[in-house]
Amino acid sequence: MKILVLIESINNKIHPVSIEALVAAQSIASENSVEIYPLCLNKNLIDDLSKFKCTKVLNVENLDLKNYEPMTYLDAAEKVFKSMDADLIMFGHTYETRDWAPRLSARLDIPFLSDCININLSDSKLIINRPIYQAKLIQKIALSGKGLVSFQAGSFSSENLLHENSPSESLSIELNSYDSIKQGERFQESAGGVDLTTSDFIVSIGRGLGKEENIPLAQSLADKINAQIGASRPVVDAGWLDHSRQIGSSGQVVSPKLYFSLGISGAIQHLVGMKGSKQIIAINKDPNAPIFEIADYAVVGDVLEILPKLTENL
Amino acid sequence: MKICVLMKQVASEDSPLKINNNGSGIDETNLNLITNEPDSYALEEALLIKEKTSGEVTICTLGPDSSQQVIKDGLAKGADKAIHITIEDLKNVSPLSMGKVIYNKIKNENFDLVLSGLQSNDYGHAQLGIIISEYLNYSHASLVIGTEVNEENSLKIKRELENGWFQSAELTLPACLSIQSGINQPRYATLKGIMSVKNKPVDKCDATELGISEDSGYKVEEVFLPKKAKETQFLDGSTDEIVSQLTDILKNKIKVG
Repeated sequence: MKILVLIESINNKIHPVSIEALVAAQSIASENSVEIYPLCLNKNLIDDLSKFKCTKVLNVENLDLKNYEPMTYLDAAEKVFKSMDADLIMFGHTYETRDWAPRLSARLDIPFLSDCININLSDSKLIINRPIYQAKLIQKIALSGKGLVSFQAGSFSSENLLHENSPSESLSIELNSYDSIKQGERFQESAGGVDLTTSDFIVSIGRGLGKEENIPLAQSLADKINAQIGASRPVVDAGWLDHSRQIGSSGQVVSPKLYFSLGISGAIQHLVGMKGSKQIIAINKDPNAPIFEIADYAVVGDVLEILPKLTENL
Repeated sequence: MKICVLMKQVASEDSPLKINNNGSGIDETNLNLITNEPDSYALEEALLIKEKTSGEVTICTLGPDSSQQVIKDGLAKGADKAIHITIEDLKNVSPLSMGKVIYNKIKNENFDLVLSGLQSNDYGHAQLGIIISEYLNYSHASLVIGTEVNEENSLKIKRELENGWFQSAELTLPACLSIQSGINQPRYATLKGIMSVKNKPVDKCDATELGISEDSGYKVEEVFLPKKAKETQFLDGSTDEIVSQLTDILKNKIKVG
């Protein structure tokens, strides 16, 4: 079995989730028949990649991309996959791979299992777990043929990365040129908001709070315990609070002493932004809410009933 | 602009999720079905673009008869017409199979834009809109958080990246965009809009006639509840009892304030 691992370049470095994907590939490679080929379109990363245990680090001759170009990535990955006669393509589930991997799946006509959290190999059958229904349930999937598999950040630990000097090879591949998608510069919008990363205590609001008019209830609790107010994405999308208060993969990543979550169900995009909190208290009316998976203290109940009494009692 | 919006019916977030008897999937009997929320942002963006450039908005949904509700709601908000590709059970259909069927249906429509929500809240593949861009040979962008139609043949978009970063891009039309939630504030249907639904055309067709494939190249063997990562203490009792336990934890264990 041949595995291509797509290496994403971020600020001219290897994206941490790409390392995790390589760890995932190494984890099933204890059988000798598994060969691992990291594919890297930014030549600056080759030296670092060659220190990791794999069969061979691949790059493409005459192609050196510091920045993301969807159609060229697609063209290069398709042609490398075919020329190697590879079986699997593995990579991190990032905003970048989400943008082009589905298209690669369509072009190669092989399935793409996205956002997976585990992989095992037994009797040349791959068993893969992926969360569904906002991580409330897990699907166990058997992949018998070729496929693309992306891994959720944090599913494999870079601490388990195996080091060993590995060779590299520049593949000679004819690429087409494209102009249908012109990528601009990456930019950040003026923050001007709140830095939640330094807060010891955070009271965070989800849609379970019901309506914007209920925010003062959470604010009173926050004032009482000297906490900052944070929010899940739907609350920010609905315009209840400013974007700068959003916690999660597209907002801030926090690890306070206390994360007090009010009516947040805990979609994975939110959990990655707060699961490092020292203590997590969660109130939610849905007993199956994924937030309870990582909470230290859980209350299944109506946040609007509990909140005013708690604030008064403190 | 001729705009197509891919929309899907999914279980609402507060639907009870029970695993079925043989553990192969979920028990779908008591699900509360709603329009996939990210798709509402895609529809709103389509309506906004239509208002700026004129043209028409077509909703396309793939799903069982119950998905009619998605179409009715979307037409009431201002879409002009709809395509309903019917299929009894969508849960074991892969994104590639869905993409092929939708492509077979819309390939001759010459849409300038095909919009989709960034992912569905049930199976969350986050692939369909981009897959269709490949079949249609359109340009594409995902996680789009801003659009600006400037000339006849091109479109400026803003993409969301991780950790508060963004990237702009210019796409040649036609294009497929997967829309990030929060790009706009979806409108509510007006009474006039609701009244207009019955006069708007819905093209209903069968997925089997469009060649839907059950062969996905993989097999779902089992569905199960996630294992707990942490010891969680559930606080029980009346509201007052819960309040007093929370107070104790906050004051004495976490030592807030």
